[in-house]
Amino acid sequence: MHPIQKLVAERLALGVLLLFAASALIFGLTEILPGDAAQAILGQSATPESLANLREEMGLNRPAVTRYVEWLGGIVTGDMGVALTNKLPIGEQIARRMSSTLFLAFWAAIISVPLAILLGLIAVRFQNRWPDKLISGITLASISLPEFMIAYILVFFFAVKLFWAPSFASVSPGMPLLDQLHAISLPVAVLTMVVLAHMMRMTRAAILNVMQSAYIETAELKGLTTFKVIYRHAFPNAIAPIVNVVMINLAYLVVGVVVVEVVFAYPGMGQYLVDAVVKRDVPVVLACGVIFAAVYIILNIVADVVSILANPRLRHPK
Amino acid sequence: MLKNIPLSAAIGLLITGTYFLAALFAPLIAPYGMAETVGDVWEPSSAAHWLGTDQIGRDLLTRMIFGGQTTIFIATAATILSFTTGSVLGFLAAVSGGWVDQVMSRLVDLFMSIPSLILALVILSSIEATVLTLIVIMGLLDSTRVYRLARAVAVDISVMDYVEAARLRGEKLGWIIFREILPNALSPLVAEMGLRFIFMVLFISTLSFLGIGVQPPLADWGGIVKENKEGINFGIGAALYPAVAIATLAISVNLIADWILNRTTSLKGGRG
Repeated sequence: MHPIQKLVAERLALGVLLLFAASALIFGLTEILPGDAAQAILGQSATPESLANLREEMGLNRPAVTRYVEWLGGIVTGDMGVALTNKLPIGEQIARRMSSTLFLAFWAAIISVPLAILLGLIAVRFQNRWPDKLISGITLASISLPEFMIAYILVFFFAVKLFWAPSFASVSPGMPLLDQLHAISLPVAVLTMVVLAHMMRMTRAAILNVMQSAYIETAELKGLTTFKVIYRHAFPNAIAPIVNVVMINLAYLVVGVVVVEVVFAYPGMGQYLVDAVVKRDVPVVLACGVIFAAVYIILNIVADVVSILANPRLRHPK
Repeated sequence: MLKNIPLSAAIGLLITGTYFLAALFAPLIAPYGMAETVGDVWEPSSAAHWLGTDQIGRDLLTRMIFGGQTTIFIATAATILSFTTGSVLGFLAAVSGGWVDQVMSRLVDLFMSIPSLILALVILSSIEATVLTLIVIMGLLDSTRVYRLARAVAVDISVMDYVEAARLRGEKLGWIIFREILPNALSPLVAEMGLRFIFMVLFISTLSFLGIGVQPPLADWGGIVKENKEGINFGIGAALYPAVAIATLAISVNLIADWILNRTTSLKGGRG
């Protein structure tokens, strides 16, 4: 077997293991903490008898491992049970909200990824001059603010003062694409700003790292044109770190989405999760939490695999 | 030591110091009581109310000062918890090596594979959010990051000759961790502390904004945004003051952390 295949296979196997471990951790956390579904339904004033009856009825007396396996099976097959608060099936809710969230994240990614790489390149090209300093200044400012603050600052100026975009992202299925994009323009802008800062910083560092290597200096001393140095020598080596940066930041979007959806009352997974936490609807929290964690972990695995595949030293071993 | 302090670090120290002093002496400097209704809803700023009033007519400057106290207190306590737990466990892992190191490091990997916000949400769906539980949850979740750094630093130090000498002298684990490794690992850890503190401020503000952090009637910066967010749609900027407070605090702490990092990593003029 080619060593690179072995590496990738190992990484994937480790990833699957990590997914199982993470789901067990999330399930275990709600297990060891006080209170359970029966308690949540009946409230604090419930008598011990009625609690015991309901636990029996819901199967909460069975060992935790059995319930974990059942729960995980349910998540994988899409049958996640019903929410405690409104008795609606969780699977259906998640399926609908997932597509809304993906729609939002997709547009944020489409805008932020090329922009971050471009700005990162500009920062490297004008290193230590004003474009670089301006870019790092803006980056520092946006890292110093929580997502929801950036969101309200944008709402205050662009929605309330200038009327350019709506302050609530209400999207309905029948809307034309352009109207939908207009509705989500502010949330997308916030997400873009949040990941852009990290992505740009990391891209800048990744390219600088490559540009400072000895082989780049050799290529310059050979008399190659700047274009050729970048295209033939720097680019192939910078691709792995850049793809890695992009993937890590897409994973970061997962967290940003939770807060941004709440700010803009956008009916996605994040809002569902936060609502469930406030109402102490543990089954919904578990289902959403494990999905968010899985997306985050999978994107990180993809980042690792891509950087293995894109590494010329691993592709052509001695 | 303070003679050749760069301007940026001086500004950072000044602003951070002001915030911490305001937090410490909040009841003394706040013009009104924390939960006292003193005016109309969302009054504009005036001589009596410098920042105006909030959504039920409380003085906003007072709310900001008390809010800063809560936010800074929780963030500081969580940072201290995160640092003590993270660095002691990280040093322990580095010094012990073998399976102790393996088990702890893999467990930390597992916790770090899930975003802290998601884990915090899962935990807070089962237990009540009080100041104490928030500090413990945030501190322990964040200690994984300190653990990584502390372990990495300590692994380098633990192969030094003087640690070897201490081992041969027959010193106990506690001595090696606290007397040999800790003093030499302190400077990178202190610089990291600034960044972790900022992260804690952002984290607690986010939780409170989502309604699962600090509970009313207690004020904190994230909660002030939540309470006043409706005002934004009428063009009232009450909810934006915490943004200014958080950003200035974060940037000034950053400036100090940069300075410490530069002082301790540069070979020339380092310790002065």
